[in-house]
Order: sequence, then C-alpha cells, then structure tokens
Amino acid sequence: MRGIRGNGTWRMVALVGVFALIVAACGGGETGEAPEAAGGGGEAACESVDSVKVQLQWFAQAQFAGYYVAKDKGFYADECLEVEILEGGVDIVPQQVLATGGAEFGIAWVPKALVSREAGANIVNIAQVFERSGTLMVSWADTGITHPRDWAGKKVGNWGFGNEYELLAAIEKFDVADVELVAQDFTMNALLNREIDAAQAMIYNEYAQVLEAVNPDTGELYQPEDLNVIDFNDPEIATAMLQDAIWVEEGWIADEANQDIAVRFLRATFRGWIFCLDNFDECVTVVLDNGSALGESHQQWQLNEILALIFPATNGIGVMNKALWDQTVEVATSQIPDLQGVTIPDSAFRTDLAEKAVADLEADGLDTKGTSYTRRTITLRQGGE
Amino acid sequence: MTDASADVVATTSRWSPRVRRIMGFLGVLVVVVVIWELYKVVGKALGGVVPGTELRLRPPPDDRIMPHTWDVVLQLFRPVRRNGELTVLLLGKAALFTLREAFVGFVVGGLVGFGLGVAFVRSTLAERAFMPYVVASQTVPIIAIAPMVVVWGGKLDIPQWLSVAIIAAYLTFFPVTINTVRGLRSPAPTAMEMMRSYAASPSQVLWKLQVPAALPYIFTALKVSATASVIGAIVGELPAGFRDGLARALLEFSQQFNAEKLLAAILMSAIAGILFVGIVTWFEHRLVAAAHRQE
Repeated sequence: MRGIRGNGTWRMVALVGVFALIVAACGGGETGEAPEAAGGGGEAACESVDSVKVQLQWFAQAQFAGYYVAKDKGFYADECLEVEILEGGVDIVPQQVLATGGAEFGIAWVPKALVSREAGANIVNIAQVFERSGTLMVSWADTGITHPRDWAGKKVGNWGFGNEYELLAAIEKFDVADVELVAQDFTMNALLNREIDAAQAMIYNEYAQVLEAVNPDTGELYQPEDLNVIDFNDPEIATAMLQDAIWVEEGWIADEANQDIAVRFLRATFRGWIFCLDNFDECVTVVLDNGSALGESHQQWQLNEILALIFPATNGIGVMNKALWDQTVEVATSQIPDLQGVTIPDSAFRTDLAEKAVADLEADGLDTKGTSYTRRTITLRQGGE
Repeated sequence: MTDASADVVATTSRWSPRVRRIMGFLGVLVVVVVIWELYKVVGKALGGVVPGTELRLRPPPDDRIMPHTWDVVLQLFRPVRRNGELTVLLLGKAALFTLREAFVGFVVGGLVGFGLGVAFVRSTLAERAFMPYVVASQTVPIIAIAPMVVVWGGKLDIPQWLSVAIIAAYLTFFPVTINTVRGLRSPAPTAMEMMRSYAASPSQVLWKLQVPAALPYIFTALKVSATASVIGAIVGELPAGFRDGLARALLEFSQQFNAEKLLAAILMSAIAGILFVGIVTWFEHRLVAAAHRQE
C-alpha cells in the first residue's frame, strides 16, 4: 500500500470505499519570493532567508528521512533556506499541489507524475532521488513462485490505481498465461490468509509488515525464508519504474533565482540522505520524533531499505540514470492507458541542478554515490514496535 | 401537557432510571463482547470456513484481524511504540484536538442552522428560494467538499483546524435548520392567535412561544449534529494530513496493519462522540426544563 503513498485517492477508497473528487481549485501560481541573495551555503550568516515548502506523498516516515534530517540537522538553514515540510494525506497529490502553487517542491513517483504532466500539470523532475523501484511481488516460499512465469494460473494481487504497471509489463514481457489478477486491499491479509498466491508489497512497508506478523504455526514472527520475492529491478525482469523524485513547476524553475534556491535545496536534502549512511540510528530517531505513532523497528527497516533504493547512486544521488528513465517511459507508454501513444519529451527531467548540487558536495568530500552502502541487519519486532 | 411531563420528572425516582440506563449500556457491551469472542472461538473451531463449504468466514476469526476485546482495551494502556507514550494518552490528545474542531463547527453550524430555520419560518419566499440549495448541499458527499475547503482555507491562510471546523459546521447545520423550521411551526394555531390577540410583537412570539416549543426538536437535531460534527472533523482531517487529530491516528494504525491499535482508535472516536452527545443531552435537560418553568 505504500504505492498508495503515490496516490492518495487510493487510500480513501481503501478506507471509506468511495472515490474522492479532488478539486484543485484556485489557479494562479504564487511562486516563492525571489530573493536577490544568491549562493551562500556553509555556516556564513545569511543575507536573506528563502522560505520554501516541500510536499511529501504521505505522513512522516523513513521514506522521507532525508528531508526531515536536513531540516532538523540545520542543513537547510545552512543553505539560507527556511523549509516547511508538508506531510501528505489521503487526498493530497503532490503534483497538483505543485501545479497550484501550494509548494515549490513535490515528491512523486515518475509514472504518476508523467500522467499528471499529460493531464496538464507543467512539472519537471529535477532530482531522481530513488534509483530503484521499491515494489515487490511477494509469495509463500512453498508455492515455488520465483519468476513471473510462475504466476501462470495463479491469483496475483495488485493495488491498482496506478501501482500495477510494473506487474502488467512483466506479465506481458514473459507472456504469462491465465494470470488471475485480483484486487488487493491495503493490507497483506489476503496473502497471510493464502487467499492469493502473490501479493504486491513495497519492500520498505508491506513486506516488512508480513515479517512483523506472527506465524500461527511456529508462534514466532514470519521469516524472510518463508517468502519468495520477485523484484522488478532484477535485470532479468527489468520492468521497474522510477519512484520518488523531486518535481518543480516549470514556470517557477525558469527563474534563475529559483534555480539557485533549487540547487541549495537539493544540496541540503542530499546532505541529509548521505548523513543517514553514516548516522543510521540518529536518522531513525529524527523520523520517530516527527511521527509519534510510528513503530521503531519498522522505521529502522524502512530507512535501511530506502537507503538501498537510493544507494549506490550511479551518477551521484539525485542525478537521473538515463537508462532507467527510458525503461520507465517505455513501460509507462505501453502500459498506462493515459499515456499510450504519447511521446514523453526528455525535457520532463533535467539533471543540471542535481549535478551542480552533487559536484558541490563532492568538493566538500562527501560520498554522493554511496558505493560502500550495505544493508544492515534489522531485527523486526511484532507489529513493527 | 407541560404539567404532565413535569409530573413525570418529579415522581420518578432520581437514581433508578440512571442505574437502569447504565445497566442497559453495560449489558449491551457484554453481549457485543460475548458475540465477538464467541465468533472467534467457533470460527477457529470451524477452521475459518463456513461449514461444508470452502467459503471463508468474513471477517477471518484470527487474532491478527479480530484481536481479543481485552487486548484492544489493554492496548490503550500500552505504549504506542517502544519507549513511547501510552496509546490512551496519544489518542486522548488526538480526541481532544478533534473535539475542539468538532465543537467549533458544531456551534457555528448550530447557529447558522437555527438562523436559517428562523428565516425560513419568517419568510416563505426565503424558504422557497433557499431550501433547494440547503438540501442540495447535503447530497454532495462530504469527502468531495472536504479537500476543497482545506485547499481554499490554505489559500486564505486560515489555520487548518479552522478549515476542518468549517467542514464540521457544514454537516451540523442541516438537521438543525430542518428541525428548527418544524419546531417553530409546532405551536397550535390557537396559541399563535392568542399571542397576536395580546398584540405580541413577532420577536415576542418567536422567543416566548415558538422557540420554547421548538427546543425539543432543535435538541433532537443537535444530538444528530453532535455526532455528525465529530465525523465531519475526522473526515476533514483526512485530506489535510493532520498531525494531531484522530484521523491521523486512524490512518497511521490502519497503515501499520495493527488491529489492536486501530480498534483502540475507533473506540476513542466512539467515546469522543458519546461524550459530545452526552454534553448536548445535559444542556437539553436543563434548557427544556427551564423553558417549561418559564411557561
């Protein structure tokens, strides 16, 4: 259901069972004030401070650790930025918030943002933070499903609402016959009760939730060995689509002063993510401090996996990997009804701002590629406590 | 009629109905708990399927989805996360936050509803002109209105909780309007004629005859509105991504896939609603009694 992060409407459906009509009222793009003071950074006193907002897809959780760390550790302040982090919600679509001027920066999955672009939102990707897709297809080990071909004749769950395209592309790619696609609710209950053979899961959320549940046969928590996982990033499958990226409104970023703000924002944000590589526990604490109902071990798991979606970063954190962009566009234009036959221009993303931020951080001696990152071993507790 | 009801209040003993009410409440609670637990026991014994078929029982009778009722209550007194605050404290604070929005919305909605009701009774033209819109306003799903109000509120720099209160008011005013109209028209024509024969001004007729007569109607509406305003506040919080209210707790726990915590949050939402209706009822008893004395 973390795919739902990307699509608020989904969650409302899950909860209330009704579509919410989202009215993006009030046009008019009020942009952030354009200041004259440029550059800066470091600990130098700020001549002026720029106030910007960043719209997340969901509530505070480790998925957004980099932003919270950059704020709480003062990295934004060091860049003379006053950043307000807007949490997502059921009906909040960051692309719409951007388009209506409610925030300068928005986090969104690439395929969903491309659909919004096609629907008229003039937004551009300035930093591809996650290089890998977090979506998995999870099944019980004893069912022997280890490859998309094994879905033949099986019940395969999916969330729908724009979260199913990687799955559909894999089914098409391997010409899997007789797959029974089943609508999956926002829990893993259908898999746990063996009502479906494979379930969609974000590696940093639902997958962990299974591992936080008690196996009634053993009285212990389920173990990774109990599960088979199909990863769309697997080069053999390669239908993964890019997820969390930072988007801005085209008109806003056309202004040079705003480009400078964006570089500073990216520099501080990347600094936050890189900080988490070496200060894992501190980052988890920052996340927990920003969400009082979050489970500790679940957030440890999440941060660990999120970092693995970012690092190693081929071109340095946030700089688009063109091959993966092309793969995303290919899957999107073949699978997403709204995008069929649409040519996605390369101007939908730009790398110059992220490259500048990465170069500056490299000059500061930071490891922007995170090549040394290896997953930690996280001990999950029941219910993610 | 007034005298008769006063007699009832005077002759019935003070504690007996109250005790009976509490007994009734607890009795229903026990029955619900017993049915819940029995369903779990029987459901498990049947292997989670309807006997003789492959059909799975809904909801599945396992502890993950249908935790024991006592586990839900115990969850309230366990920390919401390791070394965190107690669930009941977190939820209590959330409930207070949501109730504040609901209360502001309730008061605003109640006043607006009453005002509209009076206007409609005074002027048939106003009623004919506005009533269709009032009815239409209530057929639009609140979850469609809520995001819009929050977006507009954000544009106008209104604090988010106030936007949510407006949504609560939106759910509140309608029953009050309808019942106010009904109640203000409830006095017998003879009583109205008598007031006129005393040359009572329209406002005297309103405050001395019509409003006292309408009070029971209005309070019936207010009790409906009290629960509606809590629902309105929770629904209003959903799109806003509120940090402090009950909606956030409900979403967070449903996302965490934790039935104990989720049910605990639902329990707290219900308690908030009961509390609110209780307060309205308390005022009802005092005000209606005062109105009777006045007569």
